[in-house]
Amino acid sequence: MTRSLLNVVPQAFAKLDPRHVFRSPVIFVVWVGSVLTTGLAIKDPSVFSWSIAVWLWATVLFANAAEAVAEGRGKAQAASLRAAKRETMARRLRADGIEESVPGSDLTIGDKVVVETGQVIPGDGEIVEGVATVDESAITGESAPVIRESGGDRSAVTGGTTVLSDRIVVQITTKPGESFIDRMIALVEGAQRQKTPNEIALTILLTTLTIVFLVTVMAIQPLASYSGRTQPVVVLIALLVCLIPTTIGALLSAIGIAGMDRLVQRNVLAMSGRAVEAAGDVSTLLLDKTGTITFGNRQATELLGGDPADGELAEAAYLSSLADSTPEGKSIIELAHTSYGVNGGRSAEALGREGAEFIEFSAMTRMSGVDLLDGTRIRKGATSAVRAWVEESGGSMPSRVEVLVDGISSSGGTPLVVAQQSGSSQARALGVVHLKDVVKPGMRERFDVMRAMGIRTVMITGDNALTAAAIAKEAGVDDFLAEATPEDKMRLIRKEQEGGRLVAMTGDGTNDAPALAQADVGVAMNSGTSAAKEAGNMVDLDSDPTKLIEIVEIGKQLLITRGALTTFSIANDIAKYFAIIPAMFIGLFPGLDALNIMRLSSSESAMLSAVIFNALIILALIPLALRGVRYRPSTAAQMLRRNLLVYGVGGVIAPFIGIKLIDLVVSLLPGLA
Amino acid sequence: MSETLSGLLTIGLLVLLLALCYHPVGAWMAKVFTDTRHWRAEKAIYRLVRVDPDSEQGWRAYATSVVAFSVLGIAALFALIVAQTHLPGRQGSDGMGVTTAINTAVSFVTNTNWQSYAGEAGATPLVQTVGLTVQNFVSAAVGLAVAVALIRALARHSASAIGNFWVDLVRGVVRVLLPGSVLAAVLLLAGGVIQNLSAPLTIHGFSGVEQVIRGGLVASQEAIKELGTNGGGYFNANSAHPFENPNPLTNIFEIFLLLVIPFALTRTYGIMVGDRRQGWALGGFAGLLWAGGVALTTWAEVHASGASTGAMEGKEQRFGVWGSTLFAASTTSTSTGAVNSMHESYSPLGGGAVLANMVLGEVSPGGVGSGLYGIVIVALLAVFVAGLMVGRTPEYLGKTIGRREVTCAALYILVMPVLVLVFAGISLASDGPRSTMSASGPHGLTEVLYAYASAANNNGSAFAGLTADTPWYNLTLAICMLLGRFIPMLLVLRLAGLLVEQRKRPVTVGTMPTHTPLFVGLVTGIALVVAGLTFFPALALGPIAEALS
Repeated sequence: MTRSLLNVVPQAFAKLDPRHVFRSPVIFVVWVGSVLTTGLAIKDPSVFSWSIAVWLWATVLFANAAEAVAEGRGKAQAASLRAAKRETMARRLRADGIEESVPGSDLTIGDKVVVETGQVIPGDGEIVEGVATVDESAITGESAPVIRESGGDRSAVTGGTTVLSDRIVVQITTKPGESFIDRMIALVEGAQRQKTPNEIALTILLTTLTIVFLVTVMAIQPLASYSGRTQPVVVLIALLVCLIPTTIGALLSAIGIAGMDRLVQRNVLAMSGRAVEAAGDVSTLLLDKTGTITFGNRQATELLGGDPADGELAEAAYLSSLADSTPEGKSIIELAHTSYGVNGGRSAEALGREGAEFIEFSAMTRMSGVDLLDGTRIRKGATSAVRAWVEESGGSMPSRVEVLVDGISSSGGTPLVVAQQSGSSQARALGVVHLKDVVKPGMRERFDVMRAMGIRTVMITGDNALTAAAIAKEAGVDDFLAEATPEDKMRLIRKEQEGGRLVAMTGDGTNDAPALAQADVGVAMNSGTSAAKEAGNMVDLDSDPTKLIEIVEIGKQLLITRGALTTFSIANDIAKYFAIIPAMFIGLFPGLDALNIMRLSSSESAMLSAVIFNALIILALIPLALRGVRYRPSTAAQMLRRNLLVYGVGGVIAPFIGIKLIDLVVSLLPGLA
Repeated sequence: MSETLSGLLTIGLLVLLLALCYHPVGAWMAKVFTDTRHWRAEKAIYRLVRVDPDSEQGWRAYATSVVAFSVLGIAALFALIVAQTHLPGRQGSDGMGVTTAINTAVSFVTNTNWQSYAGEAGATPLVQTVGLTVQNFVSAAVGLAVAVALIRALARHSASAIGNFWVDLVRGVVRVLLPGSVLAAVLLLAGGVIQNLSAPLTIHGFSGVEQVIRGGLVASQEAIKELGTNGGGYFNANSAHPFENPNPLTNIFEIFLLLVIPFALTRTYGIMVGDRRQGWALGGFAGLLWAGGVALTTWAEVHASGASTGAMEGKEQRFGVWGSTLFAASTTSTSTGAVNSMHESYSPLGGGAVLANMVLGEVSPGGVGSGLYGIVIVALLAVFVAGLMVGRTPEYLGKTIGRREVTCAALYILVMPVLVLVFAGISLASDGPRSTMSASGPHGLTEVLYAYASAANNNGSAFAGLTADTPWYNLTLAICMLLGRFIPMLLVLRLAGLLVEQRKRPVTVGTMPTHTPLFVGLVTGIALVVAGLTFFPALALGPIAEALS
């Protein structure tokens, strides 16, 4: 922290430029006050007036430093992005199919370029031909290469990433200077940062307060003059600066930049600050089931109907799955080994060498299995297929198994029946493997937290209603949309919005694009299509749909930090009045010394202490502004109570202590009256 | 019975009366302003002024109607006052100068009722009844209408209409203020307030001095003076005059009258927005501040130095300290401005307390209508500052407080302090205005500050001591009254226009609750801090300096 503060000293001075300071009305008033005080101190030098002048400049510098530190954190990331953006020569395909070499910055929308192994993709675009592995670590920081191919939902490529293998033809989709990387650089540097709606509203309130205090302070002079003694202008400026909400005025833009930065640190890029604020307001979260709530593939969770004593079912299920490399198959092997004591460590290859023959799953037979050397045949698969296989050999499905199958189906799971035929005897159904969508651990707790924050979660799935209901219940979401089409999704979003709710969702496919655009917070996966990325207002570089929950928390934290520091800033004024007002008028009305409850040593030390406190508190709160206030998910009522206590009551008390302590030091200063 | 006990019993009786009327009066007003049918008398009025009572207005049309009606009212009243000495029924009245007439016309139309003239001498019975009393009714009804328009904007969603000003105005007069004042006038009459049309009576006192005793339609004007939080007395001595306020019982009743509508409106609010707890919260906020004001004023006067029985200077024997301070705190916290004791003579702290009541912005509970919308504005500011702390864009009753809404609320808060401080500053810095002050030092500063605070807040009570019937004070105070009334009103209507268009966001546990004691405390804190920070230096040089010297 200290080092980053030292690093920004030059920038803090550079930001003294009035054109920059003017962007924050509160700090601009301090700036004008500093200029005036300095002029007065030159004309009429005294320890007091010079001290005030120096500390007023310090106030402005601290405000600038806060902003510079916040911006500085994005600079490092911007630098690494810039490195990726280094000038590349592109191999542009002319209409006649002949390649020509042009600088990457000359490419425009619609140009087609060829990129081969080891080359850097010169601009954002869509693959129109070929398939390649691409290293996207320049953007995502993730070193594992990803596959990009023409057509489908994985055709988007980003300029600055490197092709690791094969050859692709890319059609450029953005203008030079507006590429994804360009926008990222601008975002993390805060260069094109525009004030968000909420920030503007707060600025209006702070400006109004500043005007009120300006009038209050200007009215003091005629009142004081009537009462018998005018006040030195330096004193009035000092009072004004102490009263106007400098703390929040100085930290406001740092809070905004830091909020965006927190998102960037989690590899999320918000296309606008507006979206980050909206994230805090979200009251409905639409979450895709697959990949977000569940692991995305069905897993075996139990083996039912077998005789536990002989382990026959587990052994059969194990053997029939050995050659099955699907996640379902692997999960059966894992389950049989760990939960049912089957002897693990065997492999399909070894068994194959011994003469076993594996039957692969096909859409026709809907079964897979194995024929062992000793004539034992094992099959597992869909109920109807296995039933047919069993009956073919003269056997029949026991009703016990049928009951289990129905039970699993109605709970939303998928039953796989395992049957075995030894030699030429009748085939027997041994039992059922229960496959189900497994909810990621911890989801229920996260949804409980969401509910406590007043956010409704809706699970979106292509499953039928029965399956969806079962998973929704298990995961603890509030509602679900089953057999959802993109149109259904859109309709749901509109319905929620008409009810006054803000909706957040994630998506990656082109068919998600309209819904992403309609949602108030649309988070596109970086692995998704460029249509999805254009439509959303945030991009998650890690392509992790659960991150939506973190995004909401960051949005809330941003707003809470602003509110907390505003409250703190205003609450501070009470103590400053008790320091300055008696100090100003004690010469006129000695009785006002009763208001000097801090027992500050002299009028001048009291005023100077208040000004110093006012400046130092900005410095002290920079870490808080950058980090954001601690956020614990809880109801609004609890949060309000806690934050009011800490920042409201704390804001009243802290300056009384701070000013008193500063006064103890300042009163030692020689030359103060 | 000790003074303290009787004082506490007086307050207890008053609170009991208010509590009894809170529900029925509030519910009645809610019914009045949501009723779809029109009374026959009202239909006649609508036909006369050619208004379609079933069509509603957007905020622009509503605001235009408010301004047009009020400008017309000022012009008509001004003309009547200027012409009064040439009209019948003069009864020896001296009439008013032009600036006094302007001041008076503005004063009564803005529901301020600052009186630069001596009540019985400056205005003829004709002006009092046809001009001033009429404005007593309609100016209060205008405030009521604007408040109701704001409530509708909060209650409705995705709409543009906020009601029909003419209907709200007529109903406010016909269904609320008229029946209320008739009832009140009868009770005041029974209590001994006079009501006659006899000629002035000349009597000779013990010392041989000739005295002219005027009568008049006092009880009827007294009723609406309090009920409409107007405050313009029939007599110069206002409610200290035995013909206006003869005994402790009429005193309690008059205090009740000036508090009843502003408090009951919070009930109306709760009913109309569909959540009674919201009304309770606003009422609780106003009650808390009112109780604080009463406590502080009473404590200051009872403990005023140099008097074993408390500070009786400027107070009526028949009301005592408690009956006077209760009246003073209530009249200054309702923007009424009627007085039953001379605030100038209060102890420095007591005088400062009634002044502080006004610079709070008349929200405890404020004037008829104007109090309620003032309270809502403070609540909106509290929601904006603290609402961010729950991690959402601030919202109140499901309506988002965004850039434009906050601008309206912030400008509303800006108007009054600017008017008071700028004009008080100029007056104290100029020789002319300073020469008409009766006191010097901090007390004189309080006199001037009080005058502008009273005008800009549309209170109308005078600290006395200041000779305000000069062109400077008449005109600057008129400006304060005019801007202090209509700029906030227009901002409130603009705000209503913004709010009514919004959708309503559903209430969840993530929504900041605005009906809890915590929220009431928060709004109280915001009101005190905003007013305190703005006026602390001025108060420090006035009443506080005086009290501590």
